[in-house]
Amino acid sequence: MHEFAQQIVSGLATGSIFASVALALVLIYRSMGVINFAQGEMAMFTTFIAWQLIQMGMPVWAAFATTIVIAFLGAVALERTVIRPVERASQLTVVIVTLGLLIVFNGLAGLFWGYVIKSFPSPFPSAPIDIAGVSFNSQDIGIIVVSLAALGLISLFFAKTKVGLAMRAAALYPDQSRVLGIRVSWMLALGWGLAAAVGAISGIMVAPVVFLDPNMMQGIVVYAFAGAVLGGIESPLGAVIGGLVLGVALNLLGAYVDFIGTDLRLPVAFLIIVVVLLVRPAGLLGRVHVKRV
Amino acid sequence: MVKSTKTAVGIAALAAFALSTVAVTPVRADDGVTPTEIVIGGTDPFSGPASAYSSIGKGSAAYFQYVNDHGGVNGRKITYKNLDDSYSPPQTVQLTRQLVEDDKVFAIFGSLGTGPNTAIRPYLNQKGVPQLFIASGASKWGNEVAQYPWTIGWEPDYESEAVIYARNILKEKPNSKIAIIYQNDDFGNDYLRGLTRGLGSHASMIVKQASYEVTDPDVSSQIASLKASGADTLMIFATPKFAIQSMVATAQQGWKPQIYLSNVSISEAIMHAATKVGGADATNGIISTQFVKDPGDPKNANDPGYKLYKEIMDKYIPTGTLSDGNYLVGMAFAYTMVDVLQRCGKDVTRANVMKMADSLNEVNPFAYPGILVSTSATNHFPMTSAALVRYDNGRFIPTGALIDARAIIKAEK
Amino acid sequence: MKTNRLVLFGVVAIVIAIFPAFVPSYVSFEFTYVAAYAIAILGLIVLTGKNGQISLGHGAFLAIGGYTVAILATKAGVPFWIGIPLAGIVSGIIGIGIGLVALRLEGVYLALATFAMAVSVPSLLKRFTDLTGGSGGLVLDPVTPPSWLPIDSERFFYYVAWAIAGVLIVFTAVLLEGRVGRALRAIRDNEVAASSFGVNPYFYKTLAFSWSAVYAGIAGALAAIPTAFVSPDTYNFNLSVTVLIGAVLGGLESLWGALLGALVIEFLPLWAQKINAAAPSVVYGVALIAVMLTMPGGIAGGLIRLFHRREPKADARAVGPVVAVPVQHSSE
Repeated sequence: MHEFAQQIVSGLATGSIFASVALALVLIYRSMGVINFAQGEMAMFTTFIAWQLIQMGMPVWAAFATTIVIAFLGAVALERTVIRPVERASQLTVVIVTLGLLIVFNGLAGLFWGYVIKSFPSPFPSAPIDIAGVSFNSQDIGIIVVSLAALGLISLFFAKTKVGLAMRAAALYPDQSRVLGIRVSWMLALGWGLAAAVGAISGIMVAPVVFLDPNMMQGIVVYAFAGAVLGGIESPLGAVIGGLVLGVALNLLGAYVDFIGTDLRLPVAFLIIVVVLLVRPAGLLGRVHVKRV
Repeated sequence: MVKSTKTAVGIAALAAFALSTVAVTPVRADDGVTPTEIVIGGTDPFSGPASAYSSIGKGSAAYFQYVNDHGGVNGRKITYKNLDDSYSPPQTVQLTRQLVEDDKVFAIFGSLGTGPNTAIRPYLNQKGVPQLFIASGASKWGNEVAQYPWTIGWEPDYESEAVIYARNILKEKPNSKIAIIYQNDDFGNDYLRGLTRGLGSHASMIVKQASYEVTDPDVSSQIASLKASGADTLMIFATPKFAIQSMVATAQQGWKPQIYLSNVSISEAIMHAATKVGGADATNGIISTQFVKDPGDPKNANDPGYKLYKEIMDKYIPTGTLSDGNYLVGMAFAYTMVDVLQRCGKDVTRANVMKMADSLNEVNPFAYPGILVSTSATNHFPMTSAALVRYDNGRFIPTGALIDARAIIKAEK
Repeated sequence: MKTNRLVLFGVVAIVIAIFPAFVPSYVSFEFTYVAAYAIAILGLIVLTGKNGQISLGHGAFLAIGGYTVAILATKAGVPFWIGIPLAGIVSGIIGIGIGLVALRLEGVYLALATFAMAVSVPSLLKRFTDLTGGSGGLVLDPVTPPSWLPIDSERFFYYVAWAIAGVLIVFTAVLLEGRVGRALRAIRDNEVAASSFGVNPYFYKTLAFSWSAVYAGIAGALAAIPTAFVSPDTYNFNLSVTVLIGAVLGGLESLWGALLGALVIEFLPLWAQKINAAAPSVVYGVALIAVMLTMPGGIAGGLIRLFHRREPKADARAVGPVVAVPVQHSSE
C-alpha cells in the first residue's frame, strides 16, 4: 500500500516532466498544425545556453530569464528562415525539416558542450518531503506548479487576447485569416517563439532531475507525445493532465504488471498513442472534430 | 536497339565476373608500419546515445600525442585514426574494414562497445589483425580467447567485478536480502550474471531485481519497488546519470541499504552530485571497486601517474573535465599499447605485437597501485584484480587487499 | 522518352555490374549496404511518395527483416537465400497489420504513431531474449560464396544484393506504371474522389504499407548478413529517420531517388566525419534542411527538372500540399 502510494507520487513527479514538454508540443501544434519533432532538442539546446550563461558567471535566475528570451527570439528567427519557406508545403516536408532541426540541434549541442553529463541548478529549492512515508521532492511540486502556471497563462492568452485569437485563427483558417488582415506568417513565427519559450522553461525544470546532456530529451519526448495525445493534442490542459496520467500509469504498470515490467514502457507509450488516435483522436480533453467530406 | 543493349549488358556482366576473380591481395603483416610511423585505428561513438564514452578515445589520442612529442615509439610516431561509428554495429563493421583495407592500419585499438566489437571480431581474427585493448567490460573477450586469439580486452570485466561484490556480501553479511537495479543491456546483464554466479548456491539472496532503460527519465519507480521488497542490500549496476538518480532516490525514500556501485559510476563528480542532492547519507558507505587511479581524489595529487595525467590533459585536452575518469582510462589503454609496441623493438609485425600483447606484465602508471596488467596466450584478461573501496565522507578508501576475481572464478571451475 | 529511361537503366546496371572489379573489396562491401538501403527507400517511395502515407517507423521492419534472417540462420540453420525472402514475407505480414491500423490515421498523426513505433523497437527486441538473443544480439556466420564461384564473399554478396535490388526496382516500376500505381496516386491526391471512382482506398493503402514493409524487411536482411550481427542497438529510432531522410533527399517522385538516397545515407556520414569527426550529424541535418528548402523533390527531382525543361509531370506534386492537414477537418 505504501509502495503503491509512492509509485503514484513518483509517477506524478515523472509525469510532470512529460507534462511540461507536452505543453510546448501542443503550442506548436495549435499554432501550426504540425508536430515539431525537434521540440525536445530545442528545449535541450536552450537549457545548455542557460548552463553556459551560469558558467560564465550570470546569476542563476538572470540566466533563466535571459534563456527564455533567447529561446523565444531564436525560435522566431528560426521560423522566419527555415520554416517559412516550407509553410505551405506538404506535411511531409515540414516533418522532414523538423527532423532535420532535431539532428542539427543534437549535433550542435554535442559539438559545443560534449556528452559528459552535467549537473544543472534547480530553480526550485531541493528539499525532500516525506508525507506518511511517501517521499518526493519540492522540485517535483515546483515542476507541476510552474507547468500549471504556464498552462494558465497560455490558456488565457489564447482565449482572451487579440493576438492569441489571431494565432488560433491563423492556424485553423489561414486563408480566411489573411483576408481579415491577420499576418498569418508572423502568427506562425509567434507560435514557434512561444513554444520554444515554454520548451526552455521545461528544459530548465527538467535538467536538474535528468541531468544535462545532448541526449537528455530523447526518451522524454516520446512520453511527452504520448501524454499530449492522451490528453488531447490541441488542448494545453490536456497536455498537462495527459503527461501526469501517463507518468502514473507507466509506474503502476511497471511495478505491478510483471509482463510489462520496467522495460516495456516505450512500447506502452506507443500503444497508448495508437489506441487513443484510433479510438478517440481528440484525446481525453480535446474537441472532437467532424471531418466534412 | 534493345537487343544489342541486352547483349551489351550480358557481356559486361560476364566480364565483371571474370575480372573480379582476380584474387584479392591478402593483407600484409606489416601494413601500417613505416620507418617513421605506425598507423592504428579504432571506432568510438562520437555521436549518438553512447557518446559520453567517447572521452575514452580522446584520452588515448592525447596520450599518443604526448608520446609522439617525446620521440615516439622507437623513433616512430603513432598515428591514431579514430572514427565515429555512432555505436551502430553495421557502421563499425564498415569503418573497421575501411581502416584495415584502405587506411591499412597496423592494428585496431580501443574500439568501444560490446556490440560493435562483437561484430568486427570474426573479421579481424580471420584477417589476422590485432584487436587490441577493447573498451568494453564484457567477459567474452577473455572467455573466448581460444576462438579469437587476436582479440584482447583491458579493463576488469563486469562479471568479475560483480563476483567481487558477491564474495564480499557472503563474507560480511551472509544473510542479506539483495535488490538489484541494472541497466537493461549488455553492461547490466553482465553484472547480473556475475552476481548470480558469484553467489553460487546462495543466489536466492536476490529478492528483487528491476531494470531501467536509458530512455527512462528517472528510476524512482524502480527504487520504490526494490525498497518494498524488504531488501537490505542494493546493487546499483548503472551508468553515471542513473547511478546518481538511484543513490538520490534511495536516500529520499528513506531507505538505507548497503549499496554496491558499479565502478563506471564512481568518479568524484558523480559522487559529489549525488551527495549534493541526496545528502551525505546517499553516498556514505557505498562500496565499489577501483582499478585505475581516481583523478578526483586529492590523495592522488602527488602521484606520478596522476601528474602525468594532468600534464597531458592540460596540454592536449585543456577543456576536458579533469575529474571525468574516462580520459584517464583511455590513457591507461594507450600506455599499454605503447608498451606493447615498444617491446616489439625492430620487429613491428602483427604477429609480434600479438606476442607482446600475450606476454604482458606491466606496471601501468594510471592503474591502481599494485594492480598489474598481465596476460598470456591463454589469458586475455589483462586486468583481473581490483581494489574493494568504500566511500567515506567524500573519498573512496581501500578496505583491504586487492582481490583477483578471475582467480576466484577459475577456482570454481 | 521511355527508351531513354531504359538506356539509362542499362548503363547504370552495367556500371553496377562491373564496379567491383575496379574497387577494393571493402568498397564493394559498402555498396552492398547501398543496395539494401535502396530497397528500403524504394518501399518508402511507394508508401509515402506514391501513396502519401508518412512513416517514421520503417526501422521496425528493417529490424524484423534482420532478426528474421538471423534467427532462422542461428536457430534453424536456414541458409540466407531462403532467409531473405522469408524476412520479406514476415515483415510484409506484420506490415498488413500495421497498415490496417494506419488506415485510420492520417498525415501527422500517422507520423507520430510510427515515430513511437520506431522508438519502441529496441525494448521489444530486448524483451524476448530467448528468441532474439536479448541485448547481446545474435552473431551470424559469414557469407560463403558457393565453391564453384571463384569470387570473394564481399563481392559475391554485393552481386546478390544488387541482383535483388535490380529485380525489385524493375518490378516496382512495372507495377507503378500500371493500374496499381494509378490507384495509389489517385488515393494520395484525393482519397474521396478516388473511392468514388471505384478505387478501394482501404485495400490499396494497406497494400502500400505491406509492400513497403516487405521491401524494408528484405533490406534489413540484406544489411544484417554482411554485418553478420544483429542487436537492438542497430535498430533504434535513428535508423528509421535515416531511411526516411534518404527517401526524401533522394527524391520521392522518381525511383531513381532510391539509388540516390541510398548513396547519400551510406556515404554522407562518412564524408561528414572528414569535415569534423565529432559532428557528422550537424552536417547531415543542415544538408537535409538545405535540400528540403531548395529542392523539395529531392536530388532526383532536381536532376529531373534539370534535364526535362518542360512541365513537370503530375507526379511532381507528390510533395505538394496534398497530404491531409488534420487541423482543417473541423465542423463549422
